[in-house]
Amino acid sequence: MGKRTRYLTITAICIPVITKENYPLYIRSTPMENELRFQYMVHTSLDMVDEKISSMGKALVNQRELYLGLLYPTEDYKVFYTTISKVKFVMVVNPSNTALRDNEIHRMFWKLHNSYIDVMCNPFCNPRTISRPGTDNMVMSMMIQVC
Amino acid sequence: MSPTQWDLPVELCCRPMAFVTLTGLDVVYNAVHRAVWDAFCANRRADRVPISFKVLPGDHEYPKCRPKRTSYEWYIPKGILKTGWMNKHLNLVPALVVVFYELDWDEPQWKEKQSECATRVEIVRQSLQGRNTKVAVVLIQKKTPLPPGEDVIASERAAALCNACELSGKSLFVLPHTDHLVGYIIRLENAFYEHAQTYYYTEIRRVKSHKEFLNKTTHQLLFVRHQFKIAFFSELKQDTQNALKNYRTAYNLVHELRAHETNILEIKTMAGFINYKICRLCFQHNTPLDAIAQFRKHIDLCKKKIGSAELSFEHAAWMSKQFQAFGDLFDEAIKLGLTAIQTQNPGFYYQQAAYYAQERKQLAKSLCNHEASVMYPNPDPLETQTGVLDFYGQRSWRQGILSFDLSDPEKEKVGVLAIQLKERNVAHSEIIITLLSNAVAQFKKYKCPRMKSHLMVQMGEEYYYAKDYTKALKLLDYVMCDYRSEGWWTLLTSILTTALKCSYLMAQLKDYITYSLELLGRASTLKDDQKSRIEKNLINVLMNESPDPEPDCDIFAGKTAQKLWADRISLAGSNIFTIGVQDFVPFVQCKAKFHAPSFHVDVPVEFDIYLKADCPHPIRFSKLCVSFNNQEYNQFCVIEEASKANEVLENPTQGKMCLVPGKTRKLLFKFVAKTEDVGKKIEITSVDLALGNETGRCVVLNWQGGGGDAASSQEALQAARSFKRRPKLPDNEVHWDSIIIQASTMIISRVPNISVHLQHEPPALTNEMYCLVVTVQSHEKTQIRDVKLTAGLKPGQDANLTQKTHVTLHGTELCDESYPALLTDIPVGDLHPGEQLEKMLYVRCGTVGSRMFLVYVSYLINTTAEEKEIVCKCHKDETVTIETVFPFDVAVKFVSTKFEHLERVYADIPFLLMTDLLSASPWALTVVSSELQLAPSMTTVDQLESQVDNVVLQTGESASECFCLRCPSLGNVEGGVATGHYIISWKRTSAMENIPVIRTVITLPHVIVENIPLHVNADLPSFGRVRESLPVKYHLQNKTDFVQDVEISVEPSDAFMFSGLKQIRLRILPGTEQEMLYNFYPLMAGYQQLPSLNINLLRFPNFTNQLLRRFIPTSIFVKPQGRLMDDTSIAAA
Repeated sequence: MGKRTRYLTITAICIPVITKENYPLYIRSTPMENELRFQYMVHTSLDMVDEKISSMGKALVNQRELYLGLLYPTEDYKVFYTTISKVKFVMVVNPSNTALRDNEIHRMFWKLHNSYIDVMCNPFCNPRTISRPGTDNMVMSMMIQVC
Repeated sequence: MSPTQWDLPVELCCRPMAFVTLTGLDVVYNAVHRAVWDAFCANRRADRVPISFKVLPGDHEYPKCRPKRTSYEWYIPKGILKTGWMNKHLNLVPALVVVFYELDWDEPQWKEKQSECATRVEIVRQSLQGRNTKVAVVLIQKKTPLPPGEDVIASERAAALCNACELSGKSLFVLPHTDHLVGYIIRLENAFYEHAQTYYYTEIRRVKSHKEFLNKTTHQLLFVRHQFKIAFFSELKQDTQNALKNYRTAYNLVHELRAHETNILEIKTMAGFINYKICRLCFQHNTPLDAIAQFRKHIDLCKKKIGSAELSFEHAAWMSKQFQAFGDLFDEAIKLGLTAIQTQNPGFYYQQAAYYAQERKQLAKSLCNHEASVMYPNPDPLETQTGVLDFYGQRSWRQGILSFDLSDPEKEKVGVLAIQLKERNVAHSEIIITLLSNAVAQFKKYKCPRMKSHLMVQMGEEYYYAKDYTKALKLLDYVMCDYRSEGWWTLLTSILTTALKCSYLMAQLKDYITYSLELLGRASTLKDDQKSRIEKNLINVLMNESPDPEPDCDIFAGKTAQKLWADRISLAGSNIFTIGVQDFVPFVQCKAKFHAPSFHVDVPVEFDIYLKADCPHPIRFSKLCVSFNNQEYNQFCVIEEASKANEVLENPTQGKMCLVPGKTRKLLFKFVAKTEDVGKKIEITSVDLALGNETGRCVVLNWQGGGGDAASSQEALQAARSFKRRPKLPDNEVHWDSIIIQASTMIISRVPNISVHLQHEPPALTNEMYCLVVTVQSHEKTQIRDVKLTAGLKPGQDANLTQKTHVTLHGTELCDESYPALLTDIPVGDLHPGEQLEKMLYVRCGTVGSRMFLVYVSYLINTTAEEKEIVCKCHKDETVTIETVFPFDVAVKFVSTKFEHLERVYADIPFLLMTDLLSASPWALTVVSSELQLAPSMTTVDQLESQVDNVVLQTGESASECFCLRCPSLGNVEGGVATGHYIISWKRTSAMENIPVIRTVITLPHVIVENIPLHVNADLPSFGRVRESLPVKYHLQNKTDFVQDVEISVEPSDAFMFSGLKQIRLRILPGTEQEMLYNFYPLMAGYQQLPSLNINLLRFPNFTNQLLRRFIPTSIFVKPQGRLMDDTSIAAA
């Protein structure tokens, strides 16, 4: 019960998974009518991701902690990011949610990452579209709508 | 209202500087005054004090000062800040008025001049009545002043003048008009600056003093106004720290004001002004983070203060301006040396400004959509009497009204209507595009390529809305590839959709077709109904008909487009469009695959072209042609299906060239390769697929190489990573992903049908003519021609081997250095089926070791491929590794005549040379003869005849020879004396008669020759007989040039009695010989020790008896005494 209430306070609006080559593996966003805008936002945020990765260089490999934190503040949304093996997870969250704490975001990424690993461990999974119900539910649970 | 009503006023954005007016200067007609003025205002560098100067006539009227209010009790302010106030203090009310007056201390008419000056000062004072403005007098003098205190008249007159003008001594200055004008001016203006600071200080005090009269209920506006004024005066005083502090207080006070729909614009306007000042000062103080924090706070506080819903576009415009102004400030700070970073640069603010400008446009579009019949209200409610507003941010039709109730709703309505109608005329797109391009420039600078692309898409879309389709298309086309290469298909589809609209509206055929092709393709995320529509339009265009208009296009532009399309029907200009697919993702995919990585030249080359369409309906192509690197094959690989243009969509499932969506179509091609291409690569350089009719419009899709477009490499990668099992398909169908492009193949020669055998007896022996028998047999069904043999050392081995290996076909003569290591292209004629030929090959290997030999047989044969007569060249090769070994080992040794091993030989004394030849060959060898070639220094003792002629040696057998030689004295030779050569002529016993004999020359070792002083040799019979006299003669030869004293003694032996000199001492002359005769009488039979001869040379103590023993025998075999009866007894027997 306690877990559930915590997720209710966090509203991720858009959660994409992006491959090493920067093409989208999976995108899911809540208000579907505005999907294009979120995609643009996620795509542009890769600029910062690329810059951060390249500035880290080889240190990235040794780094256990891959959470990059807030990528850049936009007027309406905040974008976060984490990566393992250069697969990127980005999260667009509503900044009106001031209760959003860094460690909570972190935990969300951790869960998302674990579910991604579960999916990828399946040798019959097609990485082109992760459309297994498992991930979807996982992602959906984070994206409980604002309204 | 001008369209720039949202622009911040100039007086707000400039840097406030102390305002000082100069009077009494005639800058037009007076050269001296002109020079003074120029010195003040020309080339003001940054290190000069910040003052703005202005020349005014002495009787200039300054703005009147309103009478001081003694009580604020009944005063109700009408607004926050008057529009003229900043300008008044920047440009109208001076901090200091300077009166310039030409007067020297020794002026004869001093009294008159003094009073005139006093009058001028008085006039200025009159005009400044009620203000705290300072007055100063500057006397322009022709003479250089004396040092202070020396000129008594000067100080007297100065005091008098001050008195007359009611000036303090500090306000009277002297400006000698001499060489150092600029220096004096700088000193003057520093003094002016101090006066100005005092003035602004008093002004701040004055404003502060009002505070105590204010009360919080009625004077809220004044709190803000006064705080702002204090801050502004501080800025004029150049006290930026205090200015910032006061602006911050003012900012907080603004937000404490009671906000209502009627005054929200005024509050926002003032908040914007103060925010601007704060941010500006923060950047100036090099605290950019403070500036950013302030700005964020400002935006957070203000973004919800929309105000009247009917005028909400005003809020968007104001927000946009806030971001733009901050972006400008940020950018300016960067130009002055601030460093920005990727995540914090002016681009974000311009982008946000653009976003609000877009919102403004949207709001304006929905709020200002009045009928054309709605007229602009008359009289204009936006006009004021003065042409300007009294207070910033107020409505012109209700200025100074503080009530929150709308006293006159009708008037309000008209005012709102006027604003809305004005907004309709604003060129929104222009504003948006300017802001976006500002942002693009910034993001380009801060390495944000994707952000840049995104903004360029927005710019393109804005151009589209602004109906500038050419520019829109240019921008969209530019960024498309970025999204395509990273596979963001949703975004690409959205861009393509806009681009298609642009190309439709301009009736740009090629673009229209290209975008349609991609929107139908697999990269497009459009729904099927949309794709159907686009496909139908594409077919229409190809059939030379107008396409249906794109949805959501501007009606007027749509009509123009229809006319343009109608014009296109004339088919003027080129109507064949070749489109390279490598840069985009069309709706047809193509893969070419050769059946094998190589083909024999006598088999037809086969390959498949796989095609797959992704469009919603079946589509028929008219032609497919494949091009190769050798263009002669192109003609064999064309499929053309004659069909009328209108049949493109009919009979969909019939014909080879009709593609059913989602189904893979395989087309097989076959051709016979040219024999010249054997060993070459045949490559598919391009595949062209034509859609439409060549007489009408025709699109040729061109794949470079064996297919693949902008998305296929990525897809191939994904397919490779996937382990997903593919569903089973019927046998004749294949999975698209499983087809791997194979765009090239090798043409290799026909498989030979001959056998090549090598026959030989390894190992080869060094230098022999090793025989290799090559047998070639034809198994071909027809005659083979032009058989050629290449044989010899396989190229590519150690270079030294090439030097030491020689090949010939003739075994009868020994080959030398001039023979090659590899014989090439030896013609051996033709061969009938089943026939075989034999060829002998002789190889001579000069060194031991293993070698690879190559035998390569090539021939020509006539054959048919696909009913075509071709001449094939075939070849077969065999390699063999042959070891070369030495045929025999030769050992040489020197021994004394007593067969004792010799380390060295003695001059003039004979010795024996023994050779030992040990066969190492596994095959029997015949030593034909041997020969000893002596070096000049050697002489032979007897005949040098070969003792091993025609000896046959089996493996491990050896043949020895012995030669008796002598070496004359040569003195001391370093390293010994050459002996000569030993030459062995040999051949394999099995070799044929005509095979030449091989001469192997062995260089004999050098020998060390030593001289001895005395040589002794003995003459004695080969055996003795008991009790028979045995005469022994010793010859003693003096080998030196001296007379030698020799002591000789003979020691008795048990086995002998002897007669002769037992002990003697004698002399031997140089080169002569002394004989000593002894008669030994053996007493015992057997191998007996002779009585030993001891010689002692007095001159050569080294000459020992051991050395002597080498030359003379030490024992002898003594036979027993013969029995005389024997003969008879034998006879008796």
